[in-house]
Amino acid sequence: MKAAHYWHCFIGIQTREWLRFWQQRTRFASALVRPLLWLVVFAAGFRAVLGISIIPPYQTYITYETYIAPGLCGMIILFNSMQGALSMVYDRELGSMRVLLMSPLPRPLLLVTKLLAMGVVSVGQVYVFLLLALLVDVEPPLWGYLAVLPALVLTSLMLGALGLLIATWIKQLENFAGVMNFVIFPMFFMSSALYPLWRMNEASPWLYWICQFNPFTHAVEAIRFSLYLEWNPMAFGITAAVTVVFALLATTGFRPQRTKILGTSKPA
Amino acid sequence: MGCGHRSHFMTIEARNLSFRYGDKPVLKEVSFVLTSGGFHALLGPNGAGKSTLFGLLTRLLALQQGDVLMAGQSLKKQPAEAMRKIGVVFQQNALDLDLTVRQNLLYHAALHGLSRKEARLRGDRELTRFQLLERANEPVRKLNGGHRRRVEIARALLHEPSLLLLDEPTVGLDVASRRGLNDHVRTLCESDGLTVLWATHLIEEVRPQDRVLILHEGKLLADGTGHDICEAEGTRDLAETFHTLTGAG
Repeated sequence: MKAAHYWHCFIGIQTREWLRFWQQRTRFASALVRPLLWLVVFAAGFRAVLGISIIPPYQTYITYETYIAPGLCGMIILFNSMQGALSMVYDRELGSMRVLLMSPLPRPLLLVTKLLAMGVVSVGQVYVFLLLALLVDVEPPLWGYLAVLPALVLTSLMLGALGLLIATWIKQLENFAGVMNFVIFPMFFMSSALYPLWRMNEASPWLYWICQFNPFTHAVEAIRFSLYLEWNPMAFGITAAVTVVFALLATTGFRPQRTKILGTSKPA
Repeated sequence: MGCGHRSHFMTIEARNLSFRYGDKPVLKEVSFVLTSGGFHALLGPNGAGKSTLFGLLTRLLALQQGDVLMAGQSLKKQPAEAMRKIGVVFQQNALDLDLTVRQNLLYHAALHGLSRKEARLRGDRELTRFQLLERANEPVRKLNGGHRRRVEIARALLHEPSLLLLDEPTVGLDVASRRGLNDHVRTLCESDGLTVLWATHLIEEVRPQDRVLILHEGKLLADGTGHDICEAEGTRDLAETFHTLTGAG
């Protein structure tokens, strides 16, 4: 196989993902309602309760909306990744997965490319969200929109790989409600998305440590820092390392017979 | 009607294939050789192991025991080379209903490393052969079941495979569409020298001169032309043979 074959394959998978996005644009638009509710309603209600002191990367006092915006970017990717991974092995994407797995190209490469393509669509949604967030005065520096791109792509790959890993190996979580209760909500709430971790430390040190071990915390911090043009090597390093581990585990351990890709649900 | 540049005439050999789900054996030492350019019917009642065999041939299931050789290349040792020679039509729809016919074909072609230009050329060529070119820009959702199946076959042929695997491709089609599809695939064998393995549980899709593989409870019970099998079993027709061997039908 030549590099050109990989390139055509990469472009083909990306193109298909964007075509599907365009076909289902109303569904994607409605998926933005959730983070916008958090940003507009939840944040307004909690603004008075949660005072935010000056913490890096912010140079001054910030509104609660400004604080949670990066966490909500992470939330968009988190929901999309989990939903995407489930649909890859259980429902909507089954047909396209069968076609994907018939490719002579190496399977781990195909899966990573697919996760990346799904992730790029999520990143597009994050940008739409960030534009709408301007309406509630969440105004990161202009270059921040560009600087945040690597963090967003990395996060989407990390969470996509985690989703694939979970969807393939944990039979009990084959529906979205299960994933929401046992993966999405714990990951989201036990992170720095909604509150700075020093506050968590004041309330409960052991919860603080759980948040520290949650890779989503570091992904959100990577997004937050880069959006405000600050470099956070720890957040980036941890997110990148976890992404590599999840991607390796998810793609090399992928077994179609543990999914519905074969057409029928068979015992593994 | 021939397309002229498909690399044909290769043997496909399954050697001693066994497969189990957990403790449950599903295939038991299945061996066969497919004749180049021939139409082969894989006949078996539901649950005989046909889909598992297809899973192994398409690498959706990992080989546990035995191997498959495509023109001498091992599916176990050289999977990429072997996969390039196979086209597959799955039992369940594997088309994106919201995308157009052409977009579906381009996606498949890209997965096989074809450039967009080449993919478009080959796609249009196949669609012309399948009399679907004028519907290339319609979403697949607008096509009837028989046409969708044709698109799936056209797609499976884009990368010019030598072996076409069809897993119960007529499921859900009316009688006329079933017959049309079956005839169509047979003409591909004749015009292109394509080797075809057609899994079905419908005896009416098999002709006496076809090579027939009868699979039952994971074992290959018969392998020969329909005519020869009937003669060996002392039965009048394939339906009776099938009933005698499997208790089904």
